[in-house]
Amino acid sequence: MVSAGSSAAGLVNSFFEWFGNLGIFFWQVLRAAVTPPYEWRELIRQLDEVGSKSFPLVVMAGSAIGVVISLEARYSLSRFGAKSMFPATLVYSVIQVMGPIITGLVVSGRVGAGMGAELASMKVSEQIDAIEASAINPFRLLAAPRILACILMLPLLTIAADGCALLTGWLAQAMVEPLSFHQFINSGFSGSTFNSFLPQTFKTTVYGLIIGTIACFQGMRTRGGAEGVGRAATNSVVLASLFLILADVVLVKLILVVFP
Amino acid sequence: MATAYDIATQQAGPERDNRAPVVAVENLKRTFGSHMVLNGISLSVDRGETLAVLGRSGTGKSVLLRLIIGLEKPDSGSVRINGQEIAGLSIDKMGEIRKKMGFLFQHAALYDSLTVAENVAFPLVHHRRNISASERGDRVKQLLAEVGMEGNLDKMPSDISGGMQKRVGLARALALEPEILLLDEPTAGLDPISSGEIDDLILKLQRERQMASIVVTHDLHSARTIANRLALLDLGNVVIEGSFEDLQESDIEFVKDFLKLS
Repeated sequence: MVSAGSSAAGLVNSFFEWFGNLGIFFWQVLRAAVTPPYEWRELIRQLDEVGSKSFPLVVMAGSAIGVVISLEARYSLSRFGAKSMFPATLVYSVIQVMGPIITGLVVSGRVGAGMGAELASMKVSEQIDAIEASAINPFRLLAAPRILACILMLPLLTIAADGCALLTGWLAQAMVEPLSFHQFINSGFSGSTFNSFLPQTFKTTVYGLIIGTIACFQGMRTRGGAEGVGRAATNSVVLASLFLILADVVLVKLILVVFP
Repeated sequence: MATAYDIATQQAGPERDNRAPVVAVENLKRTFGSHMVLNGISLSVDRGETLAVLGRSGTGKSVLLRLIIGLEKPDSGSVRINGQEIAGLSIDKMGEIRKKMGFLFQHAALYDSLTVAENVAFPLVHHRRNISASERGDRVKQLLAEVGMEGNLDKMPSDISGGMQKRVGLARALALEPEILLLDEPTAGLDPISSGEIDDLILKLQRERQMASIVVTHDLHSARTIANRLALLDLGNVVIEGSFEDLQESDIEFVKDFLKLS
């Protein structure tokens, strides 16, 4: 009984300790990011790493989602005699719900694991200590450009995923029933304003912040050799994906309140 | 308007004390969990002097170096570099002090995604932003020539031997012309010939640059060759500190055993 109580207390303790350390880590990165010298070269490298190299994966995921939503929507809408609503259903489903979250999860899987493992490997082989010993702030050189690259690239990747999903969704529909792309777009976006779509797309900057911060934090605090590297990569993906979904709950509500 | 004195003071650094030892640690304590690694160690090193820190595995020799360069924080005690206490300094202020220090890691800790030349250039790229790429290239070649690695500029760290990696690590540690050199097991894992070469290299650098050096090692022969002074650690304390002859003449049982078995 006592041991169960103390292990629960230990769990609660490590839960708060983890969040405390994450907060300290984020503060150190923020301070390093806003003070010169700025690591522009590393930022450009990370923009390429996060953006260009995730692009094919995001395009494929977006395309597949477009087809799936199109098939599901046509079937459901036909049952209720609301086939004319197909373009709007597809546009809203893709841009407001599926595009951002799918892009976030795909980037979380690819980039989160990659960053987590890379930094963890540098940590266990003392390369991060060597950077610090060379009088270079590792938060400025390693963490800040990675997190910033995730923040900047997520909305752009989301737009790419949305575009592909709309295109494949329309193609899937057009193969069954004639529907011109112009007609599809006009009907899908009729009555929409920028407020209908922009907040949903730009909320992915928060996803980027979550993915970058969790991956860098997990990587840079790794201990314990190859096993530690594996653990850091896994934890980066799992925690980033989990926090991303939890953040989505808050963000959706917030957007509905701020942009009614 | 700034006077000549103001400028000189600023250049010397406001906290700098020229009479103080270059490195001074006092009553340094560090525990990991329930394991007391350092239990109140006090040591100092002056300019041009080499101190070898000896002891069994796990006696906190490497931890001592990491505390001196600020990669670990002590539980209590003080570390002073040129008279300036480093406890409580921000990472950027500590960076200013670290620019005067070179650190050779036990396993060299070369950046595995960079070539040998890029590894050595790394501190120059970040701290000598005003020099041109060709000047930097020349400096890298000169540093690698000093450690006998001038023919391996474009190789990756994984393509060179452990001894060569340590040479490159040493060249990187020397890139910013440090006043203080910290060497963690520079000859560990090397064959006797490579060890001898590294020892000769350290001696040559000491003669030419007059740095304050602390060498952590298990290798008594190496310590005797390169150090002016030796400190033997056991159970987190300095058992004896002095010349090799002082160690030989000691009546302390641990010192006798260490010398006999080394």
